[in-house]
Amino acid sequence: MKKLRLVLVGNGMAGVRTLEELLKIAPDLYEITVFGAEPHPNYNRILLSPVLAGEQTVEQIVLNPLDWYAEHGITLHLGKTVVGVDRQRRIVTASDGKGGEVLAEYDRLLLATGSKPFILPVPGKDLEGVIAYRDIADTEAMIDAAARFPHAVVIGGGLLGLEAANGLAKRGMKVSVVHLMPWLMERQLDDVAGGLLRKSLEERGLQFHMGAQTECLLGNDDGRVRALKLKDGTELPADLVVMAAGIRPNTELALKIGLHCANEGRGGIVVTDTLQTVTDPRIYSVGECAAHRGIAYGLVAPLFEQGKVCATHLAEFGIGRYTGSQVSTKLKVTGIDLFSAGNFAGGEGTEEVVLSDPYAGVYKKLVIKDDKLVGACLYGDTVDGSWYFKLLRDARNVNDIRDRLMFGESNIGDTGHQGHSKAASMADSDEVCGCNGVNKGSICKAIKEKGLFTLDEVRKHTKASASCGSCTGLVEQLLMFTAGGDYSKAPAKKAMCGCTDTSHQEARDAIKAHKLLTIDGVYRALNWRTPNGCASCRPAINYYLISTWPKEALDDPQSRYINERSHANIQKDGTYSVIPRMWGGETSSSELRRIADAVDKYQIPTVKVTGGQRIDLLGVKKEDLVNVWKDIGMPSGHAYAKALRTVKTCVGSEWCRFGTQDSTQMGKDLERALWRMYAPHKVKLAVSGCPRNCAESGIKDVGVIGVDSGWEIYVGGNAGIKTEVAHFFCKLKTPEEVLEYSGAFLQLYREEGWYLERTVHYIARVGLDHVKKKVLDDHEGRKSLWARLQFSLDGEPDPWFEHEKAAVDTRQFTPVGVL
Amino acid sequence: MVNWTRICRVEDIPRLGSRRVARSGATDVAVFRAADDHVFALLDKCPHKGGPLSQGIVFGHSVACPLHNWTIELASGEARAPDVGCAARFAVKLEGGEVFLDAAELAAK
Repeated sequence: MKKLRLVLVGNGMAGVRTLEELLKIAPDLYEITVFGAEPHPNYNRILLSPVLAGEQTVEQIVLNPLDWYAEHGITLHLGKTVVGVDRQRRIVTASDGKGGEVLAEYDRLLLATGSKPFILPVPGKDLEGVIAYRDIADTEAMIDAAARFPHAVVIGGGLLGLEAANGLAKRGMKVSVVHLMPWLMERQLDDVAGGLLRKSLEERGLQFHMGAQTECLLGNDDGRVRALKLKDGTELPADLVVMAAGIRPNTELALKIGLHCANEGRGGIVVTDTLQTVTDPRIYSVGECAAHRGIAYGLVAPLFEQGKVCATHLAEFGIGRYTGSQVSTKLKVTGIDLFSAGNFAGGEGTEEVVLSDPYAGVYKKLVIKDDKLVGACLYGDTVDGSWYFKLLRDARNVNDIRDRLMFGESNIGDTGHQGHSKAASMADSDEVCGCNGVNKGSICKAIKEKGLFTLDEVRKHTKASASCGSCTGLVEQLLMFTAGGDYSKAPAKKAMCGCTDTSHQEARDAIKAHKLLTIDGVYRALNWRTPNGCASCRPAINYYLISTWPKEALDDPQSRYINERSHANIQKDGTYSVIPRMWGGETSSSELRRIADAVDKYQIPTVKVTGGQRIDLLGVKKEDLVNVWKDIGMPSGHAYAKALRTVKTCVGSEWCRFGTQDSTQMGKDLERALWRMYAPHKVKLAVSGCPRNCAESGIKDVGVIGVDSGWEIYVGGNAGIKTEVAHFFCKLKTPEEVLEYSGAFLQLYREEGWYLERTVHYIARVGLDHVKKKVLDDHEGRKSLWARLQFSLDGEPDPWFEHEKAAVDTRQFTPVGVL
Repeated sequence: MVNWTRICRVEDIPRLGSRRVARSGATDVAVFRAADDHVFALLDKCPHKGGPLSQGIVFGHSVACPLHNWTIELASGEARAPDVGCAARFAVKLEGGEVFLDAAELAAK
């Protein structure tokens, strides 16, 4: 079959990213031709500022070297500007500016022509030394001018203008900034933050003319600019004038070939949610030139989101819609920290929380509307920028954390790995990812050199945050610091894995709504891209099926991780560990004797007491597992599973002179009621008999503390990666109530939690208020949750003894052949 | 002339699963069965940290190592990028529902 032909006009970040996404999912569908007006391969335009400031070189910011195009069989025409498109015959015409022409036929055309700087229509704009700040050529012209001349004027005190001014000042020029508005970066900052920014840039030697309008540019006898004259008559000496008064979508070609472009706002080629132009569905447009729902974006994150959606349509999957983006901004001027996102200006119906410390140069404003964070403007301390941005994009209800919101994520108890919460203050040699031993320096290096923009990319290339994930926040901060505010944040709706665009929630909803009972059925109904998923999505779907349709959906052992397939914990040398269940942490002489005999008989090398008040036998050969279970004769401890693990107890009122309640019996009752309960992640409980809390109930998924008048219940604690103190949930009178309320909470978590989400993260996502409403306020609802859990667990087999019923494939314990 | 040794019937290997062939004095060989009943054989040792690939989750024509989740392509033994490494591959023959391995290769690798 002959390949379809795809022509990309515009060899920049948005267009090439779209190709990368396309090649990932449909590598052989198209014969691809790319036209670029610049003579360079695709480079990282965001990093032009560091190049200007002398912190990076042009070579370092190339994203796709020429080899990349060759490797993927892409025909690349550099230095060729597309001048026409015959839409009837589907032919693109490009010119090299010297009379040479190149033609290319297409089946699909992708316009990613980017934007053009806005050139003020003032007398003198064509003088030598008057430039815009847009590409490598402009940057080189600025570097060249800085080496030869003393004075520069930048028109425009926005993001780009200030980065240009800073870069030129660093290269030794005396720089004035002319800005029309009363304060700097008015589209990203409020007046206070703008004022602080101005002060700190003035300290670096920049001069500012605010509320100033340019009258004209004056030239010398050689035709080079020599000064800029303001409306009030002031003349500023200028050997170089940089116009940074905004950008406009580059719609020149689109207009010429009759594509509908917006008149409103900043203009742009009007596209649909599938990034197709409204005029011609064969023609797609992404990037700064495209106007989507009236917005032409100028930051990279939205452009990448567009690219991803566009690629799925080019690949003929026909899935995915682009529905717009939230954007955040960070100034890439070394030593100045500012961040803004959303509606930072506030207004009707909003409330503002403000912290201002002009002496320390710190200013923070958070804008809240309907209990949700809708905007943030930070100056001087932007550590929590990525966290605020996440809250904003997720539209999370912040009512419960409102009083601590201003003090940042570290104050919510989310302290990050090893107590680090401030990526910026870490040294390059400091370890960020403790699981994979990745330090800050190597992450930053990979982000810069490999041109990484997303958390996923950083994970793939460096392994940082790819294991336990506790350093995810730190890695996101590093992305933000290194790639600027333009990095592509994980979207609020996150696909489960590369096999699908379906999110965990969508998968759960579909399984419930359409009564899907098999993994294949789910994959078919939700158009999975892979025939049988992957090691990430299949266990999740298997869990969703059995938790949503107990007794109906069949458990599939081949879709479970090895530990849950062999009912033991795999160790680094391929042997297994066995942890039998000891109800409430109590054991007996005969159990201990059987364990001791098994240790001798099967030569088990290590016997260890666990933190969950049980005994761990380590180094058991897989062939011996079934016999060890049988000889010990105790129930499975499920220490290997995403399921109820232990119920830790103190000795309680039976023995302890301080005990107020019989915590041991309560623990045993809870454990007997809840064991064999599979859940999104592991579940640990504890019961203490008095407020001294010897069973450490404050760091368990469900913690129970006996007090003189009854029992206090705590939920969502965690002792693991990040120590998280449980929330007080309710106070109850009787052991029966403890069972019902704990069970109902856990059933809610089982029904609503996403796979591999601990209770702490589940509660953080849905909010404690939601959980209280379902379990505490709704009496009928609670009773039916508890009943559903009991129904699910009724008659569930012990996998160590009822192999067939528990779908344990016992063939795995013997080799298929011995040679 | 390949000396094919019969190992088992294809049904003896769970679909989307694996079984081990034990060898005295040498690492086991893992035989895999994909959903489409293609059968593959690799040394039961991940090129990363030596994890037993036979215990991993099989999907498509790949397996995820149970220790650190490297994805190994069953046909080539190669780790999926950006990881780099290769598990030794063994020739397999599937005939009349029976799985065979090359005796010489089993003795040598």
